[in-house]
Amino acid sequence: VLPASLKMPHKQQPRTQSIAMGRGARKKDEDSGTDVGEGTDEWAQSKATVRPPDQLDLTDAELKEEFTRILTANNPHAPQNIVRYSFKEGTYKLIGFVDQLAVHFSQVGNLIPKDSDEGRRQHYRDELAAVSYQGSQESAKVVISETEILEEEEEPKEAEAGSQTDVPTAEASEKMVEEELITPKQPKERKLTNKFNFSERASQTFNNPLRDRECQMEPPPRTNFSATANQWEIYDAYVEELEKQEKTKEKEKTKTLVAKKMGKMAMRKTTSMESQSDDITKVTQAAKIVERMVNQNTYDDVAQDFKYYEDAADEYRDQEGTLLPLWKFQNDKAKRLAVTALCWNPKYNDLFAVGHGSYDFLKQSRGMLLLYSMKNPSFPEYIFSSESGVMCLDIHVDHPYLVVVGHYDGNVAIYNLKKPHSQPSFRSSAKSGKHTDPVWQVRWQKDDMDHNLNFFSVSSDGRIVSWTLVKSELVHTEVIKLKVEGSSSGSLEGSQIHTVGCGTAFDFHKELDYVFLVGTEEGKIYKCSKSYSSQFLDTYDAHNMAVDAVSWNPYHTKVFISCSSDWTVKIWDHTVKTPMFIYDLTSAVGDVAWAPYSSTVFAAVTTNGKTHVFDLSTNKYEAICSQAVVAKKKNKITHVQFNPIHPIIIVGDDRGHVTCLKLSPNLRKMPKEKKGQEVQKGPAVEIAKLDKLLNLVREVKTKT
Amino acid sequence: MGETEGKKDEADYKRLQTFPLVRHSDMPEEMRVETMELCVTACEKFSNNNESAAKMIKETMDKKFGSSWHVVIGEGFGFEITHEVKNLLYLYFGGSLAVCVWKCS
Repeated sequence: VLPASLKMPHKQQPRTQSIAMGRGARKKDEDSGTDVGEGTDEWAQSKATVRPPDQLDLTDAELKEEFTRILTANNPHAPQNIVRYSFKEGTYKLIGFVDQLAVHFSQVGNLIPKDSDEGRRQHYRDELAAVSYQGSQESAKVVISETEILEEEEEPKEAEAGSQTDVPTAEASEKMVEEELITPKQPKERKLTNKFNFSERASQTFNNPLRDRECQMEPPPRTNFSATANQWEIYDAYVEELEKQEKTKEKEKTKTLVAKKMGKMAMRKTTSMESQSDDITKVTQAAKIVERMVNQNTYDDVAQDFKYYEDAADEYRDQEGTLLPLWKFQNDKAKRLAVTALCWNPKYNDLFAVGHGSYDFLKQSRGMLLLYSMKNPSFPEYIFSSESGVMCLDIHVDHPYLVVVGHYDGNVAIYNLKKPHSQPSFRSSAKSGKHTDPVWQVRWQKDDMDHNLNFFSVSSDGRIVSWTLVKSELVHTEVIKLKVEGSSSGSLEGSQIHTVGCGTAFDFHKELDYVFLVGTEEGKIYKCSKSYSSQFLDTYDAHNMAVDAVSWNPYHTKVFISCSSDWTVKIWDHTVKTPMFIYDLTSAVGDVAWAPYSSTVFAAVTTNGKTHVFDLSTNKYEAICSQAVVAKKKNKITHVQFNPIHPIIIVGDDRGHVTCLKLSPNLRKMPKEKKGQEVQKGPAVEIAKLDKLLNLVREVKTKT
Repeated sequence: MGETEGKKDEADYKRLQTFPLVRHSDMPEEMRVETMELCVTACEKFSNNNESAAKMIKETMDKKFGSSWHVVIGEGFGFEITHEVKNLLYLYFGGSLAVCVWKCS
């Protein structure tokens, strides 16, 4: 400090002076300079003031005088008294208020407010420049929409025939308007971000990678189809359709009342089914043939036997024969039903009818009628079922499709095989005079005078009734009522009460059509005539038990045979009251039948399952064949029938089986030909043969 | 003369029998019935203009059962077509018209 102050004193001296002056009074003088605070203590002691040379010399009193200065905003250069001439008053007037403003500096700026027209225009121009880079599309759209609108507007304007100048101006104005309208839409005002406090955050989630999947479905299947459409094709089709409709109408008409209710339902089904099952019906014929072929293959050996086998052993058997079992016919539905009737078809030699029912009084169930053909042993050709058991049947000679059936409940029915309905074509009922007891035998007769079908039936109620088919109705006429003769039961005044006998079998004479035999349950056989309704021609005390079958000899007009449950078979001459031959078979005889090829051969079946074949010409006393033909001995054989042509017999048992047997050669022996003589004199020879036998017997009898 | 007249009567009679006779069809039952009824309606409505009838049938079939159906109506023509299985109906109508409707897209 000391050395600095040493230098300063030269310059500081005036300063100290000024400092001392300055302290005394503040004055606007030339720059007093910076006060140096250093060394003021020293220099304040020295009060030696130094005066500059051009300073005013003033007295001390003047030096101490204070002068006040006031700062005002008045413009010192502004006039203080402005006078203006006022035209209104015509004098000069002093203007009190003088503008004190003094413009020191002015500069014209180039800022325009944003919202003014010019501002907007400029803004738009800037935006356009920016947008034009983005894409021409938007502008194009804008242009297109503009042009569209312009076009629309142009049309009415053209109609007005406006001047061309108007149009472009309008266009221009339009454009401008459009532009202005569009401008607010286009720019998106960016939010002003606070650059100091704002930080953007963004994140991107994982997008799963894309994968293509393709699948090609199978196209819907297609097929070709071709046809021709002509007038004649159309015509033919319609004609066919009409025919079909007519056929269906006919079918509906011919149905009976019974079947009508069922028929309506069934017809609807069949008409709808027909279109589907037409194909099946076309195949039935072929199916049938194939079935038969299969059967033939299966039973080939049997068929061969049937045709060709002749038991060679017969030569060695002394006039005895055998029965060779061929086919066995059975049906599941008829399994538990006994065979109650057998009949060969007169026209078709391989067709036979089997009636099923039950002999048991307590166990009565339904019945069946089956027709078998030897060509098809496994299944019947026709099946008919009925509510009541079938007891007997007969096939018409002239109309081999008509089968008459007698039922256990006393009804008779006719089945027409041509119409394969399960219902009988004609049926008796309670009001049309059915029997009150089982019908044991029915037989077709010759057509009556009016060519109406006619048959007889015999029943346990003692009536023999003739039925006539008159215009699809069964009309019955009672032929005879079986009375038990001489059975007066001690009544008053000698009136005879006739009890009714029960007929069990009958047979018509081969030549004398009006004569027939009836076997009864009491064991008597009556010879009756159709014309006499109250009296019998003859009575034979045949058996002790019910007569099961009677049969005229096919050749000899006088001889008939009868069998009964009293184990006997008897052969009669109808002129003689006592039997010619009596055979005792060791069990009840179910049925007996003459052979069609010989007058001396007959077969009998017994309940112990045996079949006996007799030939009177060879052996008068014994059977030439006794054979068990059913598998189990329990089976009772119920019926037997000879085939008219072939050397076979069918045998039915109570289990529902029908067995077909072939007769061995011994059984069908023809009389030995005498040299030179023809054998074909069939009937006469047979008759002669039998006559001989009878004569022998008669001689014996007359002798005894 | 009498014979021809008789035949004419028959032909008229057949025309009177305006029931549709399906010649060939492999459509399911309901579809067949619907289509048959539609054809009958169309043919009766446009009895003198086969084209309009065919148009009506085709458009209705397209709507109901999907595209695309083809319809031919006429009195004399032969044809060989490929059709989607179970989508063909060929029927006669009115004694002289034949209508063939099939789908093949």
